[in-house]
Amino acid sequence: MAIEVLMPALSPTMEEGTLSKWLVKVGDAVKSGQIIAEIETDKANMDVEAVDEGVVSQILVPAGAVGVRVNTPILVLSGAGGPPASAGKAMPAPAASPPAEMRVAPVPAPASRMVLSADPELPAGVEMVATTIRDALRDAMAEEMRRDPDVFLMGEEVAQYQGAYKVSRSLLEEFGPDRVIDTPITEHGFAGLGVGAAMNGLRPIVEFMTWNFAMQAIDHIINSAGKTLYMSGGAITCPIVFRGPNGAASRVGAQHSQDYSAWYMQVPGLKVIAPYDAADAKGLLKAAIRDSNPVVFLEHELLYGEAHPVPAVADWVLPIGKAKIRRPGTDVTITAHSRMVGFALKAADQLAQQGISAEVIDLRTLRPLDIDTIVESVRKTNCLVSAEEGWRHAGVGAEIAALVTELAFDHLDAPPLRVTQADCPMPYAANLEVLSLPQVADIVAAVKAVLYRS
Amino acid sequence: MNDKAQGADRASERGKAKRNGAAVPAMDREELLGFYRQMLLIRRFEERAGQLYGMGLIAGFCHLYIGQEAVVVGLQSALKPGDQVITGYRDHGHMLACGMDPRGVMAELTGRAGGLSKGKGGSMHMFSREQNFFGGHGIVGAQVSLGTGLAFANRYRKNDHVAMIYFGDGAANQGQVYESFNMAMLWKLPAIYVIENNQYAMGTSVERSSSETHFYRRGSSFGIPGEEVDGMDVRAVRDAGTRAVARARAGEGPMILELKTYRYRGHSMSDPAKYRSREEVDQMRETRDPITQLENILLSAGLATEDDFKGIDREIRAIVADSADFARESPEPDPSELMTDIYS
Repeated sequence: MAIEVLMPALSPTMEEGTLSKWLVKVGDAVKSGQIIAEIETDKANMDVEAVDEGVVSQILVPAGAVGVRVNTPILVLSGAGGPPASAGKAMPAPAASPPAEMRVAPVPAPASRMVLSADPELPAGVEMVATTIRDALRDAMAEEMRRDPDVFLMGEEVAQYQGAYKVSRSLLEEFGPDRVIDTPITEHGFAGLGVGAAMNGLRPIVEFMTWNFAMQAIDHIINSAGKTLYMSGGAITCPIVFRGPNGAASRVGAQHSQDYSAWYMQVPGLKVIAPYDAADAKGLLKAAIRDSNPVVFLEHELLYGEAHPVPAVADWVLPIGKAKIRRPGTDVTITAHSRMVGFALKAADQLAQQGISAEVIDLRTLRPLDIDTIVESVRKTNCLVSAEEGWRHAGVGAEIAALVTELAFDHLDAPPLRVTQADCPMPYAANLEVLSLPQVADIVAAVKAVLYRS
Repeated sequence: MNDKAQGADRASERGKAKRNGAAVPAMDREELLGFYRQMLLIRRFEERAGQLYGMGLIAGFCHLYIGQEAVVVGLQSALKPGDQVITGYRDHGHMLACGMDPRGVMAELTGRAGGLSKGKGGSMHMFSREQNFFGGHGIVGAQVSLGTGLAFANRYRKNDHVAMIYFGDGAANQGQVYESFNMAMLWKLPAIYVIENNQYAMGTSVERSSSETHFYRRGSSFGIPGEEVDGMDVRAVRDAGTRAVARARAGEGPMILELKTYRYRGHSMSDPAKYRSREEVDQMRETRDPITQLENILLSAGLATEDDFKGIDREIRAIVADSADFARESPEPDPSELMTDIYS
C-alpha cells in the first residue's frame, strides 16, 4: 500500500511554503515520528514528521522547491504494514462562514429572548412586611438553603463576621460552617473553586465583598462560568450565583466605586440582575439561585438599609428577564435599574408637578433585557431617557438607545438621551463625587430636553 | 525553610525512597499491556491529528501530547469511576485515557457535528459527564481553581471521590494555583495536583521562567507534600498516583505530583520549536520514550512478544483510522447550533 505524504500547513493561514531540505532519500526505511524534511514559510521553519511507517519509494518535490502548495503530495512511502492509511487525498477544509441570513442581526439574537411569565399574582389581602433589602437578600438565601442542601454560601467574611455588609447575618448559626464558608482573600481562587463546584453539581452562592474585587475573578465569571455550556455542546451546566454590592459607594474613591452592569450584560451565557427594591431583591435572588445558569447579581451598598414592603408568602420567586413598570405615564419613558430607579421615581414626581407624565421602567434584569416592555412604552410616549450610575460610553443606556432606535425608530419624537456618570474615575472629594454621579435633576433636565421643554 | 516546607520535602524524599527502594514494581502482564495499548492509542491518535491539521481539516490551536503519554495513562489507572479529571489545553490524551470516544474527540478537532462538543468547543474544550472529565480549558491555570472546586464538591458531599487536576510547568507560575493550594490544604480537599513538567512553557524553558524549578516543592508554603516522579516510566507514575489517591481518599488533603516528562512536538502545531536542539529531542525520544521503555520491559521479562505488539499496533491503527474517517465524514454542525447551548 503506497502512502502519499502531503505538504503540511504550519498554520491555519499558510497556503504554500518552501521545501528546504530532505532528510531521507529513496530506499530509506522511515519510522513513525521520524523527521523526514524541513519546510519553511516567511514566518517559521518546521520539521515534517512521518506519520506512517514504510520505505521511501519516490520523492515528488525536490529540496529547495519554493511555492509548494499545502496538500501537494511530496513523497511516497511503500511497504507499510497495517491497514491502508486513510489519509489519502486531502479533503477541502469546510466552509467557515455562516449562512448569509445570520450575518446581520437587526434585532436581539435569540439567546437573549426567552419565554417569560409575569410576576406571580398576590393573594387578596396578603400581608406586606417592611423589610430592608439587606434582610430580603438574607431571607432569600436562607429559604433556598433550607430548600436545597446543594446550595451554599462562600466569600470573604460571610460567616463569623456575619457579612461585611451584614447581608449574611445569622446564616452561619442556622446552616453551620460547612455551608456558610469564610474564604481567604482570594477572589480569583474562590470564584474558580465555586465554578468547579457548580460544574460538579452543587449550587454555590459566591459573595464578592464588592464587585470591584471581582475584577480579580472576571476570567472565571466569563470564561469558565459563562462559556462552558456552549463549549461543551450542552454537556456541562454551571448553576452559580455571583453576588455583592455594585456601583457607587460613598467617598471610597475610584477603585471601590464602579458600576459593572454594562460589562457583564454584554456576555452571552450570563444572566445579569440588578434589583431596586426589597421584594425584587428577594424574589429575583431566589430565582437566581434556582436557575441552572451562571447569574451575576448586582446589589447596591447604598440601598442595603432601605426598607420596602415584601409580600409575606411562602415562596416569593420572580421571573428573571422581566422589567417592571414602576410608575405608568404617557409623555416620556425613563428606564433605570438598581439605585437609579429611586432617582427616576423622584424625577417623575417633580415632572408631574410640571405637568409631565413620565413612565418609569425598572429594568430589574439586564440580560436578558426585557426590550419588549421598553419598546411598548416608547410606542406610547414617543420619548426615551435612560438613567444609569455607570459610564456613558458603551453603557446600558447605549444598548437601550440602540435597540429602541432599531425597533421603534418611527415612534421616536426625539433622539434618546442618556443620564450617566461623568466620564472620569470616581473622585474622592465630596463635591466632585456628587458632580460625577447622575442626580435627580439630571434626569429631569434630560426629560425636558427630549420633550423640547425649557 | 520553615517546618512545613521541610515536611513537604521529607515527604517527597520518602516518595522517592519508596519508589527506588521497592525496586521493580509489580509486573502484571494484563495491566502493563493495557498501559501499552492506551499509550499507543494516544501516540497514534495524536500523530493522525497532526496529519489532519497539515491537511487543513483541523484548524486553530492543536496541542499534541506526544511524548507525555505515560503521565496520564499511569495516573488514570489510580482512579476509580466517579473520580473527576480536569486539565488544560493539551487535553486529547486525557480524554482518550478517560475512556472518551476517539471518534468524538477527532470529530471535535475537525469541528463537526459528531464531535464531543458538537463542533462548538474545538481541541481545547471537550467534556464528558459520563467519564467525569471536566475539560479542556484554554486559560492557563484556570483548571487548577476549577479542579479545586471539583474536589470541594466531593468534600461537601462527604463522598470518597478525588479530583485529579493536571497542569503544566507554565501554569504552575499562575497566581490562582497558589490561591487554590491554600484553600485545598486549609479545607483538606481531596485534590491531586499533577504538574506535567515537560520543561517548556510554550518556548520558555523552566530555567528561564521559574525561580524554584523543583515543582513538587511548590506546595511547601501551604504544607502540601510533593513528590517528583519519572513521568516517562508508566509504572512509576502509576505507583505515585496510587499513593496520592490513597492519601486524598483518606481525607488527608491535597498532594502535588511533579511528573518529569517531555513533549516531542512543538507547543502547538504552528510552533517550530527552535528554542531547543534537535539533539535534545532525539535523545529523549531514543532513550526515554515511554512506549519503547515499556515495550523493552515486557520483552525482556518475557511477558510479551513482538507479535503481541504488532497485534496491538494493528488494532490501534484501525481505531485511529476509523476515528479519522468519522471525523471527516461527520457533517458540519447545523447552522441552528449557532444559538443553542448558550443557556440551559
